[in-house]
This record gives sequence, structure tokens and C-alpha cells, in this order.
Amino acid sequence: MDALNTIWSTFFDFDAMAKAFPDLLTVGLPNTLILAVSSGVLGTVLGMLLAVAGLSRHRWLRWPARVYTDVLRGLPAAVTILLIGVGFAPLGMLVWGPNPYPFGILALGLIASAYIGEIFRSGIQSVDKGQTEAARAIGFSGSAAMRLVIIPQGVRRVLPALVNQFIALIKDSSLIYFLGLLASQRELFRIGQDAAANTGNQSALVLAGLFYLAITIPLTHVVNAIDKRLREGRRIDAVDPDADDFDAEIVIAAGAPITIAKEEEAL
Amino acid sequence: MSSETAPAHNHGVSVATSGIRLAFGSNQVLRGVDLDVPAGTVACVIGPSGSGKSTLLRTVNRLVEPDSGDVLLDGRSVLSDNPDRLRQRVGMVFQHFNLFPHKTVRENITLGLIKLKGLSKDEAAQRALQELDRVGLAHKADVRPSHLSGGQQQRVAIARALAMDPEVMLFDESTSALDPELVKGVLATMADLAAEGMTMLVVTHEMGFARSVSQQVLFMDRGSVVEAGAPERIFDAPESGRLQRFLSQVL
Repeated sequence: MDALNTIWSTFFDFDAMAKAFPDLLTVGLPNTLILAVSSGVLGTVLGMLLAVAGLSRHRWLRWPARVYTDVLRGLPAAVTILLIGVGFAPLGMLVWGPNPYPFGILALGLIASAYIGEIFRSGIQSVDKGQTEAARAIGFSGSAAMRLVIIPQGVRRVLPALVNQFIALIKDSSLIYFLGLLASQRELFRIGQDAAANTGNQSALVLAGLFYLAITIPLTHVVNAIDKRLREGRRIDAVDPDADDFDAEIVIAAGAPITIAKEEEAL
Repeated sequence: MSSETAPAHNHGVSVATSGIRLAFGSNQVLRGVDLDVPAGTVACVIGPSGSGKSTLLRTVNRLVEPDSGDVLLDGRSVLSDNPDRLRQRVGMVFQHFNLFPHKTVRENITLGLIKLKGLSKDEAAQRALQELDRVGLAHKADVRPSHLSGGQQQRVAIARALAMDPEVMLFDESTSALDPELVKGVLATMADLAAEGMTMLVVTHEMGFARSVSQQVLFMDRGSVVEAGAPERIFDAPESGRLQRFLSQVL
């Protein structure tokens, strides 16, 4: 009974939680969201460039995109964040003083871009070749066809994967505590961890975890909702790709010239 | 071209190819194809699958570049033209429609008008409605293509191509993917267009259409035009054994 009480008060001490709550809400939550959203935007823009470069006909575009993607996806996020945050710190010192926050965003954004680039690439590649052909036949250049016809369709298809990536970013934003943040820059994890370290009680960290869940769980349901809508809303793909096979069955006999009658279609 | 958009389309110009050869690796897809479609006439290309019909069609608007030979529009070679400009002069309709699923029916048509022809949004929308009206689908302007039947989608695809004021129209098995009961409406739209004087090059398995609408039928097999002539001649008095065999299989 004692042991149970100890465990309970270690993780669910409501007084400790109440003490940490204001900081988590007013400092931690905004910082976590700022980190995730800005690195998400950065990662999306860079990811799109990577995807287009990765699909390019030119080897000198495709190749660097490939290497970049392989390296950043292959490294542990902590390594990348430290290398960028610490490695570039002297440069940042010159530009904006001793502030690791921008490097945190940069590092998270660069990591995300490697994943998002692959997501976009698979989306773009999943668009039917006939779409490119149709756009080119109208007179669009290759890049205009890509921009106006192919990419909008490809992006739509990978929206669920993109939201998943954003969820990952929210969680990974906790890693930038490595870089040594100012008190006002601390995100959810760091605030929870500081409070836990100061009090020897884990409840503040549990509360920080609940904050994460309050963001991420609804987002996973958003993913499911988009996914469902995309799957039920798309019917154009139902065209039979092997229509050639029954051509011979639907020809009109050459002996009987067709009568030209308009507006007869049933639908 | 201009924004007054009279309902009548351009009258077609002549299309010709001479000695078109094309190989994909060791596969000879086109082995020196000559064709000559006078302005305002319809030529149908028939033949078995894999005979090179669709590829031939794609060399005319240079979706596929021939290895050798020439393509002439209105008597002038187009192989050194800017291919994007050329394709604005040549409309194309595909077997699987290839409408843009993320755009409404109207936007499918206005996209090229706005971005390539420089029409204002209003002008383009008006033009789109005119084209939709002639294929009987003006009331579907605001829906997505996925809500249309195959036949309706193909008529929108025809409207999309015609809105660009092409001088020639290419049809690549444009009814092959349709349910039988929807074929007629699409063929009727094509026949109307032929009657207006559009030059049309039509790859088709619709022998009835070829016979009644075209002035010329070309039978292709294994990358060559084996036999060509007026439809009555081709269908009623085929000379080559290959054409006789083909017709006996499809008729």
C-alpha cells in the first residue's frame, strides 16, 4: 500500500502539477508550437524542392537531393540537432547573439525536409502519366504541367502522411533542449523536466506528456478523417486500364452506318 | 484567339507526315509512315493493338518525337517549332479522358485559356460555358469530373481541347474505355465537329464511325500503313490479306 502511494504521488502529485501548469501553458506550449510550425513550414518548402529535384531529369539535381535525403534520414535527430546547433553557434553569435532557438528550428526543419521530400515524391509519382500527357497536349510546358496539374494532385494524396510528419515534429521539438535554451524559450518537455528535476517528482513531466497528447491525438484523428475522405471521394481512378481488351466487342458493325443522335446518353 | 468567341471553331488545316520512323530500343514502332489529311477532312486509323496507331498520333503533336521523317501542318514542317506552341494548335483527346480530377469541369477548360491564351477569368469562363453547351454539358460546369459518366467526361475532354481553338484534332481511341451505351454520344459529338470542317485524325475501333464520317481510312499493322483509301474501298474491297484478316476479326 505504501509502495502504491509512493508511485501515485511520484507521477500524479496534483500539487506539483498545478505548480508546473502555468509555465507549461504560457511558455512551454507556445514554444513547442512555434518550433513545430516554423520547422514544419521550412521542411515543407525544402521538401517540395527536394521532391522536384529528386524527380528531375538532370543528374546534378537528382543526385544531391538523393544524398541529402539519405544522410538526413539516416542520422539520429539528436546528432543533427547538436551538429547544427553547436556547429553553427559561432555564426549565429555574429548574426543574432547567443540564441540557439533559430538553429533548433533550422535543424528540425532540415530533418523534416528529408522525410517530407520523400512523401511529396511518392505523391507526385503516384499521379497517372495521362495527366502529364493531357497537360502537355494542351500546350503546357513540363514545369507548368508539374506545377498546375501534377503537384496539386500529388500533394492531396499525401496529406495524411504530411500531418503524420507534423505530429513527429511536435514530438521531436523536445530534442532541442540539448542546445541550452533561455528560460523563456523552453518548450513543454524542458519545463516538465526542469520541474521534475527540481522537485524529485515526475508529475510535472507527466503533465507535459498530457500536453503533447492533447495535441497529437486529435491530429491523428484529423489524419484518419482526411484519409477516409480521400479514399471515398476519389472515383476517377476507376477507369478500366485494360479497356483495349474488349475493343473488338464494342465496334459498330461496318455494314451499318451509325445514326447520329445527340443527347441520348442515359446519364 | 480573340475574346468575341463565336461558336464556330477554326476551320482545320491539313496534316501530313512523311517517312516517320521511330524505335524504342530495338522495337521498331513506326517504320516510315506517310499520311496526308487534307484540310477539313477526317482520316481514321485502324489496326490491331500494338500496330503503332497511337504512337503515330503522338508524333503529330510531338508528345513523341520521331527518329526521322517530317510532320507538316498546313504544309509547313513543325519539327523545329516550339513544341508547346505546336500543341496549342493541335487538340488531343485520350482513351482515358485524362481530365484533371482536382479541378471542376469548368476549370478543366479554363486552365489553358487563362494560363496559355491569356484570357481573363470571366472571358475564359464564358468560353468554357459555350464549349460545354455544344457538348450538352453546360449544367455540369461546377462539378468534378469524377461525378460524370465516362461519356460525359469524354465530351468534357473534347470541349477542353476545342476551347483552345485547335487547327487539327487528334482522337486516340476516344471511345474504347466507354461503356457501350455511352459511345454514341461521344461519336455524335465527333461527327458534328467533322461536319463543321475540323481536320481530324482519329485512331479508332469504331468501324461504323470510320465508314460513315471519314473521307479516308488507313490500316496500320506492325508500324506501317498497309493499306489506305476511301472507307468504301477499305471495308468493301480490302486488298491485302492482313486487312482482310483484321476486318474478319472485328466485324
